[in-house]
Amino acid sequence: MFDWVQHIADWIVYDILELSKESHLADALNFFLYDTTKILILLIIIIFLMGIINSYFPVDRVRNYLSRKKLYGFEYLSASLFGVVTPFCSCSSVPLFIGFVKGGIPLGVTFAFLITSPLVNEVAIGLFIGLFGLKTTLIYVTSGVILGTVSGAVLQKLKLERFLTPWVKDVLDNSEKELIAFKQEKQSFGKRLPIIWKEVLNIIKGILPYVIIGIAIGGLMHGYIPEGFFEAYMCKDNLFAVPAATILAVPMYSNASGILPIVQVLVAKGIPIGTAIAFMMAVVGLSLPEAMLLKKVMTFKLIGIFFGVVTLSIIISGYIFNLIL
Amino acid sequence: MKKVIKILGTGCPKCLQTTNIVTDVVKNNNIDATIVKVEDIMEIMKYNILSTPAVVVDEVVVIKGRLPSKSELIDLLV
Repeated sequence: MFDWVQHIADWIVYDILELSKESHLADALNFFLYDTTKILILLIIIIFLMGIINSYFPVDRVRNYLSRKKLYGFEYLSASLFGVVTPFCSCSSVPLFIGFVKGGIPLGVTFAFLITSPLVNEVAIGLFIGLFGLKTTLIYVTSGVILGTVSGAVLQKLKLERFLTPWVKDVLDNSEKELIAFKQEKQSFGKRLPIIWKEVLNIIKGILPYVIIGIAIGGLMHGYIPEGFFEAYMCKDNLFAVPAATILAVPMYSNASGILPIVQVLVAKGIPIGTAIAFMMAVVGLSLPEAMLLKKVMTFKLIGIFFGVVTLSIIISGYIFNLIL
Repeated sequence: MKKVIKILGTGCPKCLQTTNIVTDVVKNNNIDATIVKVEDIMEIMKYNILSTPAVVVDEVVVIKGRLPSKSELIDLLV
């Protein structure tokens, strides 16, 4: 599908710039041109598609669905699946959390949504397809959904309502099932498209610098680090690699789009994919700024438990991937 | 009648952009309106929204969870 991009990259590097095929510089530059173009195209497609889905499935509708339907245990899975198609901005996490709780949605189900939504987002999917291919992307998305579902169910079992901040407890006590009926914005598809497209450009503009820097660094490493370089240090038998990578990644956030291209090179040079996926999940799914925001609705203890459960699930999935892949 | 436009948001970059867009539209079209920034989360939750930024005109939520476009705002305000 992207052969033509490779041809253009080859043509620029070897014909126009007349670099030798054996040089590291040519190798790195070629990799950079090819990857940037391919990933940009994929990002535009995925963000645009997700934008269309979301335009018809806004988060208000998700809440109404989750608070009204009896789902007999499947509510964690549905919340998690909804999280996949709903874009998530960490600055919306507080209104979202309150809104869900106010609608009578159980805390665990709210957590399931809150875990999967940032973990499996349109930018991560676009980057994943571009860097790791479709198969790994599917594994990532599926495990993101399972992770949200399981963690949500576990958190529900822990009866965490008592660790909410007092004003949220008040909201919880006054929660009501019959919410203000959800009004769908009545707009034709043609009217929605420009708005969706503008959002696509906005997102791309926001992440582009990180992606380019990430791919540039990745390109350099790709050209200069020998194959299998990391195998000695981070082999599958090293039991500490997965937890270390995960814990290292939890505080990172804003540069997630820049980190993925670098991780891809690390995988190419010998880091096991499970360790890499655990690392990326922790980068994308958990972050310090998010924790700071949640402070308004949760006590430190609850944030600690929330992050702890998710981190643990990520570490476990890292081990599982290393075993099966 | 003077309109009251409220911008709900906890201070993320998008909320800031929204405020700028609204201010621009109001100024350029000579709309008689007061712009109020609402940053307190408890106040924001009274409008029953799930995602920010949101724009409220005379206590009615007109836009939520995304940046408004200028033409859309002109339609809403004029």
